[in-house]
Amino acid sequence: MRYKIFIHAAAAFVSVVFLAPLAWLVLASVSEPRDLLARPLHWIPEHPTWSRYDAIANSGGSDVAGMFRQSMGNSVVVALGTVAVSMVVGVLGGYALARLRFRFRRSTMVAFLIAYMLPPIALLIPLYLVLTQLQLLDSKLGLIVVYTSFTTPFVLWIMTNQFLALPVELEEAARVDGCSRLGALVRVVLPVARPGLFATMMFTFLMSWDEFLYALIFTATPDAKTVPVAIAEFTGRYSADFGLVAAGGVLATLPPVLLALAFQRYVVDGLAAASVKG
Amino acid sequence: MTDQLNRVAPPREQGTPTRPARPGRGEARFALFLLLPAAFVVFGVVVYPVVRTLVMSVLDVDGPLDDSTPFVGVSNYAEALADPGFWRAVWQTSYFSLTSIFFEIVFGVGIALLLNAPLRARWLFRAIVIVPWALPTIVSGAMWRYIFSGQYGALNALLTQVGLMDEYRSWLGADPFLALNMVIAADVWKNTSLVAFLLLAGLQNIPSDLYEAARIDGAGPIRSFFSITVPMLVPSIVIVLVLRTIDTVRIFDIVYIITGGGPASGTQTVAFYTYVRAFSDQRLGYGSALSYLVTAVVLVLSIVYLRTLRKRGALL
Repeated sequence: MRYKIFIHAAAAFVSVVFLAPLAWLVLASVSEPRDLLARPLHWIPEHPTWSRYDAIANSGGSDVAGMFRQSMGNSVVVALGTVAVSMVVGVLGGYALARLRFRFRRSTMVAFLIAYMLPPIALLIPLYLVLTQLQLLDSKLGLIVVYTSFTTPFVLWIMTNQFLALPVELEEAARVDGCSRLGALVRVVLPVARPGLFATMMFTFLMSWDEFLYALIFTATPDAKTVPVAIAEFTGRYSADFGLVAAGGVLATLPPVLLALAFQRYVVDGLAAASVKG
Repeated sequence: MTDQLNRVAPPREQGTPTRPARPGRGEARFALFLLLPAAFVVFGVVVYPVVRTLVMSVLDVDGPLDDSTPFVGVSNYAEALADPGFWRAVWQTSYFSLTSIFFEIVFGVGIALLLNAPLRARWLFRAIVIVPWALPTIVSGAMWRYIFSGQYGALNALLTQVGLMDEYRSWLGADPFLALNMVIAADVWKNTSLVAFLLLAGLQNIPSDLYEAARIDGAGPIRSFFSITVPMLVPSIVIVLVLRTIDTVRIFDIVYIITGGGPASGTQTVAFYTYVRAFSDQRLGYGSALSYLVTAVVLVLSIVYLRTLRKRGALL
């Protein structure tokens, strides 16, 4: 009984520590600047204002709020593009690594993992020069190309382990029935692996949404700037109005957090597959 | 072992004409065909920069449009090893890694135990723990920057209103060591969730009859925590340790957003220092050498990591 009380109290305490800063972020996003600058601080705004959200949703486009809205769109495009490309090539490659036997199979996996672990700072300068030459600098396509290079090894790794966990008999039965190998993959294996596929897509989306260093260096105009870059800029330039940064932060948080909550059953298993088993 | 035997002579193979008795050239060619797109999008992007950075690290390159880039051998590396700014960044990164990972593991074990405990509304607790993990790093950084703000930050407001502090103080702007610790606090808040989930996976692999046996032998909960849970978690902790070390060596965004490396360069990590030298100072050759030193550390850690995984039976 004492144990029961203890674990619930501990869980409540952890929840407060995790949620309190975020609650303040939400409150600040609807507080008047003078409430935020007041001493003593007004924690609860007397007159909540939705003006910042309103501006982000409806502004003309050339001001800060419009730029932020555009950056949300850019982040969505870049993340979806990255997810699409890396899922297709990663699923095909993962299937090969899990089911086909060939020389250098292990070395191939290791090579991909090492590419995944390279620090971005070591690739930054030449990538910048190459993207300039290809006229992909300051473009969403350029970011997708770069992001795909580090999300694909991750997808490969998870999908390989996913496929290994499925019984071979499944696709063998389909192939006896006349399916080709690819046909068996698409019609039999992928539907069974669906939970893992969704989880992997979610992880890839989050990685792309979160990326900052490449986006900071490779984008310059509102056409390509992603959400993290926009928020970093806000923070530097509008340091007097935290409310604006907070409103942007709340909006930037919604897509990844909602996705993670929707797929929360897979988060633990997915992280385990992604790191503990590899 | 049995797995090996099955692979050598799977009995049903004779009945399936579509599959050759042993891996033939066709299978290898098909594997190549399936892996080629992945190889293209990964190595097509990565290989050239890796080589180019290595080449630049032995040249004297000042700015992207520099025409005269004389070969200078290892002198960029020699300069790095004699550069007090670099060593300071190394020390700060090491301190950052050790401190943040220590607290993340201590808190992470506790939270993993809670996630595994018979809580009412367990799903709710798990959802709450997921939130900091899913929160974008830059948003988390911007949030903590304002919470720690010296003039109107929420931390100052809270501590003075509760009566723990008489007046506002500067958390990020004055004392470099204090600022570094505040960045670490923000990092621990954000990444403890990830560590907790990784450890939870390890926790769930501990067979429950071990606890049963310990209870029958008269061991209390504390005793069984230290003699069963902790030793059984060691492999997961090693994984977390290496994985988080690789992350902290590469750390850039949270420092950029919370302190911008200041005050007095006191929160610069090696990746951040490299960024400053290469981009602000336009010393691309020197920056390349620095980034190769970072890469060397990351590669060594990665090899340790992959070996640990292989020991645990991963496909490698």
